[in-house]
Amino acid sequence: MSVTTDRASVSPRPAPDEADLGALELLAAKRLRVSLALTAAMLVVYFGFILLIAFAPGFLGKRITDGLSLGMALGVVVILATWAVTWTYVRWANRVYEPAIRELEGTP
Amino acid sequence: MIVAAFKPGEPNTIAIVFFVLFVLLALGITWWAARRTRTTDQFYAAGHSITGFQNGLALSGDYMSAASFLGIAGLVALTGFDGLIYSIGFLVGWPIVLFLIAEPLRNLGRYTFADVVAYRLRQKPVRVATAFGTLSVVVFYLIAQMVGAGTLIHLIFGLPYAVSVVIVGAVMLTFLLLGGMIATTWVQIVKATLLIGGATVMAFLVLLKFDMNPLHLFQSASSQFGTSVLEPGSLVSNHWNALSLGLALMFGTAGLPHILMRFYTVPDRQAARTSVNWATFFIGFFYLLTFVLGFGAMALVGQAPIKAVDKGGNAAALLLAENVAGTPFFGFIAAVAFATILAVVAGLTLSGAAALSHDLWVNVVRDGEAPEHEQFRVARAATFLMGGLAIVLGIVLEGQNIAFMVGLAFAIAASANFPALLMSIYWRGYTTWGAVTSIVVGATSALVLISISPTVMVDVLNHDSAIIGLTNPALISMPLAFVSGILVSLLRPEPEAAARFAEAERRIHLGDTAPRPPASGLPARAR
Repeated sequence: MSVTTDRASVSPRPAPDEADLGALELLAAKRLRVSLALTAAMLVVYFGFILLIAFAPGFLGKRITDGLSLGMALGVVVILATWAVTWTYVRWANRVYEPAIRELEGTP
Repeated sequence: MIVAAFKPGEPNTIAIVFFVLFVLLALGITWWAARRTRTTDQFYAAGHSITGFQNGLALSGDYMSAASFLGIAGLVALTGFDGLIYSIGFLVGWPIVLFLIAEPLRNLGRYTFADVVAYRLRQKPVRVATAFGTLSVVVFYLIAQMVGAGTLIHLIFGLPYAVSVVIVGAVMLTFLLLGGMIATTWVQIVKATLLIGGATVMAFLVLLKFDMNPLHLFQSASSQFGTSVLEPGSLVSNHWNALSLGLALMFGTAGLPHILMRFYTVPDRQAARTSVNWATFFIGFFYLLTFVLGFGAMALVGQAPIKAVDKGGNAAALLLAENVAGTPFFGFIAAVAFATILAVVAGLTLSGAAALSHDLWVNVVRDGEAPEHEQFRVARAATFLMGGLAIVLGIVLEGQNIAFMVGLAFAIAASANFPALLMSIYWRGYTTWGAVTSIVVGATSALVLISISPTVMVDVLNHDSAIIGLTNPALISMPLAFVSGILVSLLRPEPEAAARFAEAERRIHLGDTAPRPPASGLPARAR
């Protein structure tokens, strides 16, 4: 908090309202944290899948039931996980980020 | 068992009827859109009038090229599980677009992603570099689509290859020049609806033959063609190649110019967000269907008949359509495939034209001071030029092995465009020459690495071996782009660019309606 306030106060240009800028930077940092966390989740899911294909093909070839290998089931899981992280972000943005932005804009 | 009416290379009446219907529909849309296309804003960004849901469909339409419809269905039919790896890879880039790129892009830019990279940097060097990055991606992607189009239309309609290419180019240019982004968007929406609808019906008809149980379908496929079709096979035998391709697919999506351009067609950041949400849903759903379609073609049509028509498997979906519902459905799916190519080629051409006219002409040659009527005229001239280039490249490269070009386009997008976009949005210390370096290093290293890889040296030039073993360059070229861009930015800081970071950040979150600090002494931007 203090870091952000400092940065705003030493801002080189004549800031219209410095408190606003601090709040905006906090929100920007928060959005980036959410984005990076979800990006990391997507990376882990997808590259986890790719690394299993590359290094443990035999494992993925195991049958869960007749006609379905573990690899195919995990493939479906990756697609579902892609939907899940997307939905998580959109939900966060609509419930947390947008109201915060509207507050910053000072409009209802 | 199959192939009653489908004779490759001979005219198929029903396919031609559907094909003509689609062209008429596209021209109808064009007639409607032409009256709404009077300014550069309308020509390149549909006047920011497209809703989030509509843009979600249009993004799906832009993204699901013939390569992903016919190509992946064929790959699954011929290799089983290995083909599914591509289905999944083509989807996972979308969350990245959403989390890191879509909203800042919408608020900082106007027509091209270069608007974002150049926002707080020096316009000219950055615009020249981004145009290089854009055009490299667009040209390789276009070649893949045009050569595919010529081959496919020859296969389905029996027209000579060159005539097919010219027809695709001419129809595309007609609706682009008259209807711009508005016509393109609605053609994408119609195409995406037809494609998803057609694929859903086909998957349903396949599953009907297997008691509506996908497991019975997979069992049938593996009992005919061996249990190995359900397991990872030779396609991803090399670990590094698997990783490199994964990187290109995951981050390449966020660097494809024609995809990025679509975010300017919506009115605001919320609509940009909604549109990726829908696009991810539609594309994911479609790729889930490819599990059924691919294995369906394998089990019902058989691998040998598919290879007999096209050894790459591109005919699998078409043969399957005929197998499950006869010639009329085959004709419908063939026309959908044509619509797919037409729509993707149009999106690519428009994004290439925007790089030529908006980035190079307006912002480099004319210092961002070109009047609106000139911008509009140059935009259409550039579109004509890109369309002509697409036709010429399609004809010249007939019969060439172009299978690697989509992979290369994704690798360049991931190496040149994505790092520059990401660092310009999120890193205060990114500089003009840092941006230029990362784009040039990313694009050229991807090009050089692929030309000394087995992909080109063995598969295209028929050498016995290649200088390096990596089939997709992204694993090396993407880190190279990041490292070089960071190093140059650190070695030669640019205080002016850093000073404008707060303003850019404000605009990213509050949009361009928010009050902004005076822009005196800043490089002129196109108005």
